[in-house]
Amino acid sequence: MPPESPPGALAAPEAPILSPPGLIALFVAFAKMSLAGFGGVLVFARRGIVDHHRWMTAEEFNETFALCHFLPGPNIVNLSVVFGSRFRGIPGGVAAFAGLVGPPVVIVTILAALYARFGEIEALRRTLAGVSCAAVGLLISVVLRTLIGKRDVVGLILMAAVFIAIGLLRLPLPAVLLAAIPLSIGVTFAMRRRAVA
Amino acid sequence: MNSGANPVLALAWTFGLMSLFAVGGANSAIPEMHRVAVDVQHWLTDRQFADVFAISQLSPGPNVLIVTLIGYSVAGVTGALVATLAMCVPTAVLAYLVSHLLSRSSHSRWPAIIQAALVPLSIGLMGASGLILALTSDRSWAAALVTAAAAGLAFATRLNPLWLLLAGGVLGFAGVIG
Repeated sequence: MPPESPPGALAAPEAPILSPPGLIALFVAFAKMSLAGFGGVLVFARRGIVDHHRWMTAEEFNETFALCHFLPGPNIVNLSVVFGSRFRGIPGGVAAFAGLVGPPVVIVTILAALYARFGEIEALRRTLAGVSCAAVGLLISVVLRTLIGKRDVVGLILMAAVFIAIGLLRLPLPAVLLAAIPLSIGVTFAMRRRAVA
Repeated sequence: MNSGANPVLALAWTFGLMSLFAVGGANSAIPEMHRVAVDVQHWLTDRQFADVFAISQLSPGPNVLIVTLIGYSVAGVTGALVATLAMCVPTAVLAYLVSHLLSRSSHSRWPAIIQAALVPLSIGLMGASGLILALTSDRSWAAALVTAAAAGLAFATRLNPLWLLLAGGVLGFAGVIG
C-alpha cells in the first residue's frame, strides 16, 4: 500500500489526538459502540469517539458524519471506514469496519438460525408481530421528527414524489433515484444561484 | 436478475447494487428490500419480512443487519455473510475514496449542494419505509393502534425505544394484536 498523504493534511492542527489509535484499539472501540447500540449506533459512536476516547472534536465528528450521511449506504458503516482509515490507512478502515459489523453479525446470525428453527411457534410469532408493530411506530416517529419545520416547497414536492414512486407505485429504487438525484441537485443548484443573485 | 440462478449470486447482486442507492442509510432501502425479497424473488413472505425487521430492531449493532437475516433465510450462514458484505463493502469503498478526495479539495461547494439535494429524497424514502412496514406488520386494527401509539410516544417523549419494543412484544404475546 502506498503511504498516506502527509499527516498535516489529514487532521486539523488543533486535533485533540493524544496518540492515534492502533488497529486493535479501533476494532475494540467500534465493537463496543456497536454492541451498545440498540436501534442505531450513532449516539454511541459519538460518545465513544468524541467523549470517551477523544479521538475527534465534536466538530470534526459532525463533519465526518455529514460526509458519511450524504454518501449512500449504511451511514455508520461508512463512518467506521472513513474514521479508521484516517488514523491507520486502509488496515485501520478494515479494523474499524470489522469491529462495527463482526460481533453483531455473529449475534444476528445466531438469532436467524433460531428463527429458522422456531419461527413457526405460535407464541413467538405473536410476540415478534407485536415487536414489529412497535418498531414501525419508532421508524414513523423518526420521519415525523425530520418533517418538523420543513417549509421549503420544492423540497416537500421532491419528498412526496419519492414517497409516491417508492411507497405507492413500488418502482425499483435505482430507477427512481437515477431520475430524482440529478433533478434534485439541479433544482438545489438553481435555487442557490437565484438566492445569491 | 434471473431468480433461477445461484441464490448466493442473486444476494450479492441485489444488495451490492442496493448499497450504492441507499440514500440516507439502511432504513431508506427497506421498501427496495421488501420489493426484491418478497415481491420479485419470493425469498420471504410478508410475515417473515415483518419478523426479520423486528429481530433486526431487537439486536444490537447497525440497522443494516436486517440484510444479514434476509441472507440467512436464503442461503444459511453463507447467505448471511454474502448479503452483509454486499450491502456494506461497495459503499464503504466509495466512502473511503470520497473522503480522501475531499480532504484534498475541501473548498468545493458541491458536497454541500449534493447533501442539501439528498435530504428531501432520503426523507421521502424513509416515509415509504414506514408505509411499507406498516402495511406488512399491521394486519389488524389493534396492530395499527400499537404502531400509532409507539409513534406518538416516541415522537412526544424521550422514552428509550427498547421499552416500546418490549411493550409491543408483551402485547403481541398476550394476544392483543391478533
